[in-house]
Amino acid sequence: MPEEVLAIRHLKKNFGELTVLEDISFSVGEGEVIVIVGPSGCGKSTLLRCINGLEGIQGGEILLRGTPVPKKGKDLTKVRQKIGMVFQNYELFPHLNVLENILLAPMKVQKRTREDVKEEALAMLSRVGLESKAESFPRQLSGGQKQRVAIVRTLCMHPDILLFDEVTAALDPEMVREVLDVILGLAEDGKTMLIVTHEMQFARAVADRVIFLDNARICEEGTPELFFDKPKTERAREFLKTFSFQRKSRKRQEVS
Amino acid sequence: MVGDMGYHFPHVFGNEAIICYLRSDSVVRWLPWIIGNIGLSAAQGILRIKASRKAGFVNWEFIMKYLPLYQKAAWLTVRIGLCGVALSVLIGLMCALVQHYRVPLLRQLTACYIELSRNTPLLIQLFFIYYGLPKLGIKTDAPSCGMAGLAFLGGGYMAEAFRSGIEAVDKAQMESAYSLGLDRWQTFFYVLLPQAVSISFPAFVANVIFLLKETSVFSAISLMDLMFTAKDLIGLYYQTVESLFLLVVFYLLILLPVSLAGTLLERRIRYAGFGV
Repeated sequence: MPEEVLAIRHLKKNFGELTVLEDISFSVGEGEVIVIVGPSGCGKSTLLRCINGLEGIQGGEILLRGTPVPKKGKDLTKVRQKIGMVFQNYELFPHLNVLENILLAPMKVQKRTREDVKEEALAMLSRVGLESKAESFPRQLSGGQKQRVAIVRTLCMHPDILLFDEVTAALDPEMVREVLDVILGLAEDGKTMLIVTHEMQFARAVADRVIFLDNARICEEGTPELFFDKPKTERAREFLKTFSFQRKSRKRQEVS
Repeated sequence: MVGDMGYHFPHVFGNEAIICYLRSDSVVRWLPWIIGNIGLSAAQGILRIKASRKAGFVNWEFIMKYLPLYQKAAWLTVRIGLCGVALSVLIGLMCALVQHYRVPLLRQLTACYIELSRNTPLLIQLFFIYYGLPKLGIKTDAPSCGMAGLAFLGGGYMAEAFRSGIEAVDKAQMESAYSLGLDRWQTFFYVLLPQAVSISFPAFVANVIFLLKETSVFSAISLMDLMFTAKDLIGLYYQTVESLFLLVVFYLLILLPVSLAGTLLERRIRYAGFGV
């Protein structure tokens, strides 16, 4: 068992009367890629937001490398540097160009020199195929390009773990590919990642482990092969069925 | 046939209908006519002034003689106006922040202040500061009173302008900054403020122009500003046309550059920042 980067114990979260997460426990080892799937409204995004301290929790604990993630204040700010998050709607800063977007946090938070970060940023931009866009503003980029910049921006902070919150949900189909390829590349590099996605093919390819959330609880957990091919629970089978399409009757004979 | 009519007139006279009408291409068709008319009236005006000059109606010597007096007054107006604007920006920014971050107690206080400053005339506020405060033992000179009055009025307006700008910035932007490890202050300074400023910039420019115009009330507390000078000269020499002409010219000299600079900056800021 590799070293534990993130551990979640009996996490409980509710918005008023509504319970969003109930008794969630799992851990993420060094270099492990975990994909969280589940029907919409089951609390996947909220789980990621809780890990990052964007939402308060009502019970249980979240440990990053053995130390609990603080609820608020300066300590939380410090821990957040170690938890990178990529959002569904990119959330690049519109008043800064691509390079400035990437440089902002490393320079202001980690007090690194401009030259140092710039060099790294340009190298990473060229890795995701955007070296020519360094001076562009976010509004001049396509959705897929924006999301790739957002990933580079997060990577430049050298986080211990990366959280991806439905990063392709707002993209056109042909742009999904370019973003997912980047994430696959990161998995190859051995980055620790927690990915929420609706792209089942991608989940299967990238995941070391799949967690299926339903009704605020972890319903099933296992390797992608087991989960996608032989789901244990009825709920998971029903969920996976929604991703495959079949006509009840065939008008034409299938070409064999 | 209705469809064949060249011009489309609004059938409903609401604001929307008028705006639609103005935006439609019919304005473009009328443009030569409008420009022609304006040109014609301008020409008529010049002719009239020339004619009246012959008759000795406009006293150019008077205008030349009192030009320096107006210059001095304009300088005073500009100084007090700009100081007042600067102060009101500070006050407005602080109030907007108190409102945005929901600071307890201060929030209710600023809400009261904003309503008070926006819903009372500047003249009354000035009287209060100029005649009221000395009774409480706070003695100030007229220029300081003018500045304070302008800052009091402007603070409320600026606060509302900035608040709307701050509120228009997407919450997710802040979350994105927090998740990168920026603290509250850095998030405010590098992410929220630049965006909020460029969103509220048009309202800000409108407020600056409004405040500079409001300085014309200062004559009521015997500040030797433009309005005071004009009234004084009219009272002394009864040269109404000349005095008012100079007054208008000097206000335009102050405000037109502000307005133009505002428009240019607005375009630049928009270009540099928006349309995510």
